[in-house]
Order: sequence, then C-alpha cells, then structure tokens
Amino acid sequence: MKALALVTTLVTGAILLYGTMDFPAWGDPQAPASAHLSPHYIEQAIAETQVPNIVTAILGDYRGYDTMFETVVIYCAGLAVISILRRSRS
Amino acid sequence: MIWGIDLLILLLVVICAFATITIKDLLSAAIVFGVYSFLMCLLWAEMGAVDVAFMEATVGAGVSTILFIGAILHTSRRSKD
Amino acid sequence: MKLLQERIKHSKFGESIIIETTIRIMVPFIQLFGLYVIVHGHYSPGGGFQGGVILGASFILIGLGYDFKTSLTRMKEKTNIILGNLGALIFTGVALLCALMGGLFLDYSVLDKLIPLGAIEWRSFGIFLVEVGVGLAVMSIMVSLFWDICSGGDLDEGL
Repeated sequence: MKALALVTTLVTGAILLYGTMDFPAWGDPQAPASAHLSPHYIEQAIAETQVPNIVTAILGDYRGYDTMFETVVIYCAGLAVISILRRSRS
Repeated sequence: MIWGIDLLILLLVVICAFATITIKDLLSAAIVFGVYSFLMCLLWAEMGAVDVAFMEATVGAGVSTILFIGAILHTSRRSKD
Repeated sequence: MKLLQERIKHSKFGESIIIETTIRIMVPFIQLFGLYVIVHGHYSPGGGFQGGVILGASFILIGLGYDFKTSLTRMKEKTNIILGNLGALIFTGVALLCALMGGLFLDYSVLDKLIPLGAIEWRSFGIFLVEVGVGLAVMSIMVSLFWDICSGGDLDEGL
C-alpha cells in the first residue's frame, strides 16, 4: 500500500512539474498576469491614493472587499474557538 | 535573484518538509515546522515579496508555532504512525 | 543556593528570573514596533495584519514567560473581546459610512463631504482607518486563540 501511495505521489508531482513548464518566466513583464491591470496600478497608485507602498494601496483600496472578508474570516475563527472552548470562570 | 542562495534555501525547505512529516516526536515536528516557515520567509524576501515575507515571519513562524505547541501539550507527545 | 530559591519563591517573580526580566524589558519595545508597523504601513512593508500579530505576540510573550494570571491582568478578558469587536466594526463601519454618504461601498473618497480634506487625501486616510481596524481585530483574536488553545478554555494555567 505504501508503494502505491509513493507511485501516486511521484506521478502527480511529475505531472505538476510538467505543467509548470508552460508558465512564463519569473518576473516576466510580458506575462498575461502582469499585462492586463498591473500597469494601471503601478502608474496610477500614487496619483490616485497618495500611498507609496503599492501593496498597501491595492490591499486597502482597490481590493477592499478582499481585505474586509479576510478580517471577517479571522474574526469568525476567533468567535468559533471562544464559543467552543471557553468555559465561564466561577 | 541569486541562483546559489535560491537553490540552497529550496534544498533546506525540502529537507525541513520531509523532517516535519517523518519525525515521531510532535514537539520537534512543530519546531521544525517553524524553521520551515522561516525558510519560506527568507525565500519570499529574496524574491522581492517583502510584505508576504513579513506576514510569513509573524504568523507562520511566530504565532502558529506557539499554537501548535499549546495544542500538542493537550494530546500525547509522540505520533503513532 | 537554597536561599536564592527561597527568595525567588517569595518574590513576585515566577519561575525564572532571567526570562521574566528580559520579557518585562522587551515587551514595551515590541508593542512600539507593532504600532510602528501599523502606522507606517503606507510607506514601508507592513500593515494592519502584521502589526496586529506583533501586538498580539507581545501579550502572548507575557503569557509564556509569566503565567496566565499576569497575562490576564495586563489585558482583561472583557477588554480583549471589546477591542476585537471594535476592530471589525471600524472596518465595516467605515465601509458602510461610504455607502451612506452616497458613494460606493468602500469608496473612501466620498467621505470628503463629511470632513473636507480632499478626495485623494481621504483615500489615503481611509486606508489608514481600515488598517487600524484590522490591527485591533487581529490582535484580539490572536491573544484569545492563545488563551483558549493553551489553557484548554478555563484560562487558569497552561504552557
């Protein structure tokens, strides 16, 4: 059974490595992911938000929904742990 | 991106990942997982994603290691398989 | 040797005097660094999430080095819950205020009608308000996760 698991893992890893061969090179400015919206953010972020750190501008302003629900997810996790584990102290 | 440092960090990351899943002592596994998080932080900082590296150093290596240790203290210390 | 152990037992310190003195000196600087990371997130790497985790780690450090009682006197259980709710409320409140002022949800430039600072300046300041909310929520959640998981829920002792 262990040999079967090893073979399955190796084949899956080989397929995934074969799939990454079609990816664009690291930091390629002509890649499709960085050719569509990224130039607008890089050129206009300071003019539109006056925030020099582009990451903060994108996280807080352009992608505000994402950050908001990230906070809500962590908040719900904390509430779940409190409501499951914490007992009232007497 | 210097390929020598990159290769060294990636090699150490793979070694730490293997050690994390093979060590029987769960406390040691949690500490090695913290080392893995720090190596990933180093890798991201070396690739230029400083914000993600900061997040990994604080959450992955700082708080989650303590939470793992606190959870292990409520179970048995050694893994069965 | 016995004298030293007796003295430690009767002093207000706990188990190790070196660890506790180090923690007592280091914790204010850790908290200052956390506030710096939150406030300076516009200009350097960092932001609300990382700064909140660093602020929470300072209270976790008190709970690790001392005992849970000391950690609970530094940060009350009720205060912690109130701060966490306040953080989540600041974020959603700012977003909802933008919608109520006649703009889009999370469009901070509409808040210019409330206090005239300029639309672009309000976008920068809105990001700052949101980061403070994220930092408060994350700090409180991290501290309460540590308390609950490491003590099994009764907040008496642990680790």
